[in-house]
Amino acid sequence: MTGEIVLETRNLSQHFGGVVAVDRVNFTLWDAELRCLIGPNGAGKSTFFKCLTGQLSPTEGDVVIRDFHAGGREPHEVARLGVGIKTQVPNVFDGLSVEENVWLAARRWQGAKRAKVLTDETLERLVLGDIRNDLVGVLAHGQRQWVELGMVVAAEPWLVLLDEPTAGMTQEEVLRTADLIKEINQTATMIVVEHDMQFIRMIANQVTVFHEGRILIEDTMDAVARDQRVRDVYLGHRQQ
Amino acid sequence: MIRSRETRWSLFAAAVGVVFLFAAPQVFELFTIINLTTVLALAILALSLALVWGYGGILCFGQTMFFGLGAYAYTIAAINIGETTAPIFIAIFVAAAFAAILGYFIFYGRVSDVYLAVITLTVTLIFYSLLRSTSGPEYKIGNALLGGFNGVTSPPLNIPGDPSNVLYPEDMFYVAMAALILAYLFCVWLTQTHFGRVMVAIRENELRAELLGYDIRLYKLALFAIGGGIAGMAGVLFANGIGRVTPDIFNLYNTALTIIWVIVGGRGTLIGPVLGAIALFYLTSGLGTQASINNNLVLGIILIVFVLLVPRGILPGVIGIWDRAQSRSKLLRSEKRMRRRRAPRRPEQEAANDG
Repeated sequence: MTGEIVLETRNLSQHFGGVVAVDRVNFTLWDAELRCLIGPNGAGKSTFFKCLTGQLSPTEGDVVIRDFHAGGREPHEVARLGVGIKTQVPNVFDGLSVEENVWLAARRWQGAKRAKVLTDETLERLVLGDIRNDLVGVLAHGQRQWVELGMVVAAEPWLVLLDEPTAGMTQEEVLRTADLIKEINQTATMIVVEHDMQFIRMIANQVTVFHEGRILIEDTMDAVARDQRVRDVYLGHRQQ
Repeated sequence: MIRSRETRWSLFAAAVGVVFLFAAPQVFELFTIINLTTVLALAILALSLALVWGYGGILCFGQTMFFGLGAYAYTIAAINIGETTAPIFIAIFVAAAFAAILGYFIFYGRVSDVYLAVITLTVTLIFYSLLRSTSGPEYKIGNALLGGFNGVTSPPLNIPGDPSNVLYPEDMFYVAMAALILAYLFCVWLTQTHFGRVMVAIRENELRAELLGYDIRLYKLALFAIGGGIAGMAGVLFANGIGRVTPDIFNLYNTALTIIWVIVGGRGTLIGPVLGAIALFYLTSGLGTQASINNNLVLGIILIVFVLLVPRGILPGVIGIWDRAQSRSKLLRSEKRMRRRRAPRRPEQEAANDG
C-alpha cells in the first residue's frame, strides 16, 4: 500500500462486561481506499464501527483519524473532522421532509446559500427530487437508507464510514447503491461494513475479515473468497 | 412549503394579538383588563415551555422554577434599586443563568429524559420549601425581606428613567400584551433559524444530529437557557399582575399546570400552548366561583382525556383535520376534472387507435 495513512486503530478493544467484542485490533486505512469489513454475525464489525465513530468509548487502545485521537470522543467531534457516517439502522429525522434532512447535513458545514445549492445537487444526484417534500418517516426502508446516504454525501466528507448500507434494499436499489459508493469513493476514502457477499463483490478490492473480535485476514476480495478459513467461519465448517 | 404556511399563520396570530392589544381596553371592563396581565404572564410561561418541550423535546417539569426565579429576582432587585427597568433585565438574566447552570449538569452529564423531568421538578420543589422557610427578619436580601410563605410585595413597573412615574394596573396590560407578542415573534423567528431547525432535528433523532457534527449538548443547553429567560420575563409580569411573589409559584400544582397547558394546546406549535394556558385559566377561575365540582378533578379529567383522545393537542389536531379535509376536496376536484377531460377525448383516442 502506498499513500498516507488516514485512519488507524492501535490495540483497540471493546469489552461488554465479560464479553470481548473487539479484541486488540490493529487496523490501518490508507488514503483513497475503499475497504470492506466483513465477517459473520457477532464478529465485532459493528462494535468496531461504533468505536471508530465515537458511539462507543473503547475499553482499551486508540483510534487515530489523521492526527486526531478519536478514541472515547463524542460522535460530533469525529463528524467534525469531515467524516460522514451512516449507521446500521437508518438514523434519519423521521418527522422532517427529505429536503430538510439533507439540508441539515449540508448547512452544518456551509453558509445558507451554498447549503441550498448543495441540497438541490444532492437530491438530484440521489434521485430524491420527487419525494423531497415527503416526510422521511413514511418512506420505504430502502428510501430511508438513501436519504441517510444523501445526508452523508451532502456534508462533502473526505472519509466515509458506512454500516450495512444495503440492508433492506431491493436488488435494483443495491445496484444503484454500489454505483453511488464507487462514485463517492472518487473523492473520499471509505469503510463499508457489510455481510452481503454479492454486494461486496461489486464494490470491493481490499477486504478485512473480522472473526471473534479480531482481524482474521486482510487481502483482495478474490484472495479472501478463496481462503479456507474465511469459508469455515462463514459456513461454519469444522477444520479437517 | 410547510414552513412558509407556518410563517403566514404565525404572522396572522401576531396580528390578531396586536388588534387585541388596542381593542381589549375598549371592550372589556377594567377588572378584566387588570386580570389579563396575570393571564398573559402565564401565557408567556406556556410559550417558553412550548419552545423548550414542543420544539426542543426537552421535557422540563419545572418551567415554573425559572418563572418564580424571575418574579423573585425582579421583586428583590426592584426593592433594592428603587426603580424597575434594570430589575427586568436582572430577572431575565437570573432565570436564564440558572437554567444554563442547571442545564449544564443535565445535558453535559447526559441525563436521560425521564431523569431530566424528575430533576427539574425536584429543584422547583426545593425552591418552594426553601422560600417557605424564610419567614423571619434574618432572611433578607439587601432591603428585601423574603417573608416566608407570605412572600414579598412587588413594586409596580415604572416608566424607564422615571422611578416616580409608576404604571397603573390597567396600563400593565399593554406591557404584558406587547411582551407576549414580541416573545411569540421571537420564538417563531428562532424556530426558523438554523439553530431552531437543528433543535427540531435533535428532537427527532439525537444520534443523527450528532453524526452530522452538531454538538447536541450545547444546543440543548442554549435552548434551555433561552426558555428559562422567557419564563423569567413572564415572572416579572406575573409579579406585576398579582402585586406580590410567594413561594406558591414553585408549588407542584403550578408546575403540573404548565405541562397540562402544553399538552392541551399541542406540542410542536407555539400558539397552541399559549391558547391552552389562557383557556384553562378562565376555565379554572370560572369553576372556582362555584363549589359543586372540584377544580383539580376537572383538570385531571382534561389531562386524561387529552392524553388518551387528543394526544397531539387541540391545535395540531385541528390542523390535521383541516389538512385531511383539504386533501380530500382536492382529490374530489381532480377526479371531477379527470372525468370531464376523459369524456370528450374518448372518441378521439379510439380514432387514433384505429389509425
